[in-house]
Amino acid sequence: MSSNLTESTLTLPDAIPKRVKRVGRPRWAIIGEQALELLIRISGISAIVFVLAIFFFVFKEALPVLYSHNFSIKEFLFSTQWYPTSVSNVRYGTFALLVGSVTVTLLSMAIAVPFGLGAAIYISEFCGPRQKETLKIIIELLAAIPSVVWGFIGLTVISKLITTITGTAVGVNLLNGSIILALMSVPIIVSIGEDALKAVPDSFREAGMAMGTTRWQLILRVLLPAAKNGLLAAVLLGVGRAVGETMAVLMATGHSVKIPHGVFDSVRTLTANIAAELGEAAAGSPHYRVLFLTGILLFVITFIVNLTADFVIRGIKRK
Amino acid sequence: MQARFRYVCGCVTERNGNRVERKDVTITVKDLYLSYNAKEVIHGISFEIYRNEIFSIIGPAQSGKTSLLRCLNRTIEFTSGTSVRGTVMVDGQNVRTMKNVFDLRRKIGMVAPLPVGLPISIYDNVAFAPRCSGLTNKSDLDGIVEKCLRQAALWDEVKDRLHSLGTAISGGQQQRLTIARALSHQPDILCLDEFSIAIDPVTTMRIEDVLIELKNEMTIILVTNLTHQAKRLGSRTMFLYNGNLIELDTNEVIFSEKPGKIETYDYINGLFG
Repeated sequence: MSSNLTESTLTLPDAIPKRVKRVGRPRWAIIGEQALELLIRISGISAIVFVLAIFFFVFKEALPVLYSHNFSIKEFLFSTQWYPTSVSNVRYGTFALLVGSVTVTLLSMAIAVPFGLGAAIYISEFCGPRQKETLKIIIELLAAIPSVVWGFIGLTVISKLITTITGTAVGVNLLNGSIILALMSVPIIVSIGEDALKAVPDSFREAGMAMGTTRWQLILRVLLPAAKNGLLAAVLLGVGRAVGETMAVLMATGHSVKIPHGVFDSVRTLTANIAAELGEAAAGSPHYRVLFLTGILLFVITFIVNLTADFVIRGIKRK
Repeated sequence: MQARFRYVCGCVTERNGNRVERKDVTITVKDLYLSYNAKEVIHGISFEIYRNEIFSIIGPAQSGKTSLLRCLNRTIEFTSGTSVRGTVMVDGQNVRTMKNVFDLRRKIGMVAPLPVGLPISIYDNVAFAPRCSGLTNKSDLDGIVEKCLRQAALWDEVKDRLHSLGTAISGGQQQRLTIARALSHQPDILCLDEFSIAIDPVTTMRIEDVLIELKNEMTIILVTNLTHQAKRLGSRTMFLYNGNLIELDTNEVIFSEKPGKIETYDYINGLFG
């Protein structure tokens, strides 16, 4: 590398592509595009139509009962007495069912959220590529297990575990249902949460690490704030799954209508109640209509959950 | 090749009539080879950077400038398939064998070419590194945030909305935010990788003034595509091309009519090919 002042060795790439000639788009392409757009528009609108239709039919089945003389909305919401088939003393109080749904959901989330988010963080940030693939496949497999199988597991395995470990008389109870629901929600929380963390650009990680943060500091101060919307969505989907789940809780919670005083009490949820009783209720009877009204109550609950989530996300954004 | 070894640490040399003082070496790079997936991109370069100088690195794209900076604070490790050979010494410590890489990274402030405003508030962005090293005192943090934002010529624009998101400000402002962030942990070495790419010329000049002041406190490594910026700011300039060190010398030599290599002259004066 002695000084060489006579000849430069710098070169430009020699093949610079020539300008491509513009061609007008053929007619079929334009028509095809419009047709495709129409198709997509229809499928978008159909989502709205279906939701409205569901609303319409549920309300249509439920509303007549509001005008019947032996039904009061106050009793429906705040009474714990649910005697729909009683001959002399018919009572339609869903408060105990509501409490059952809420407690099972809350307890299951208390179990599932730490596990789910922890697993999402582990898969996204800590484990190697091969382990990552294995874990993701296993978690997807977990999500594919039908709910009735989960219910069966609750009824046999977990119920037995609870009775032997704690010595309580009945194994199918609030705790059992919550564990089953947690097991069912964890795969959703993990896969959505992992997607949210994966969507955080690597440049954030690198910028954080370049400032000398440790891995934990990076996760707590950069990744979680960056992925918070996605992580919240993951948790809410888990909540949605827990609120809406029917078969597994029907089998695992013990199905008795009462307000629980501890985790070892049996409960019944709104969804399980509908599933268990709708088949026996005569179509058009007050019992049948009250069950549809319970469906509306479920609608309201999920609506409130979604709305709060929306507000939370907006609050985070404004900050 | 000779030009590079003209300054041997500890000796005093005369060159072009300028007396060159004894220099403290802060970074030593020796026979550095870097490959991405078996494709070698840096072919064995060696140089030294002295304390409290502005050291410019110029060269066209793909010449290994950014990769070189990433070797200094070992962020190169985040890219899979890289392999580094050779030694990089920062303050007498070999970075490759260093146990506490977090301390090394705190010592080196790094400004990436594309602005990365972390998705937290502007205040939190700048207070990020001090907080990570355990500083919680509010008034201390306020002081650091203001000082760094002022140094990055951003304070006046954002002082009323310190708590809005760091990603919500414009690209040029985000770039200055990253400069403020890099300064926030009071690094010994500041690496600026194309810092002026999204910043208007007037603001660039303001930051350059700050850099000249900062030179008294830290060593600044400036990777730039603007050869005039290297000429204005730096004391020495290194010209990299395709992962080879073509020339390293003082600015008087590099930007003179007769630098050591004809390629350097051609590159600086835009006479490629």
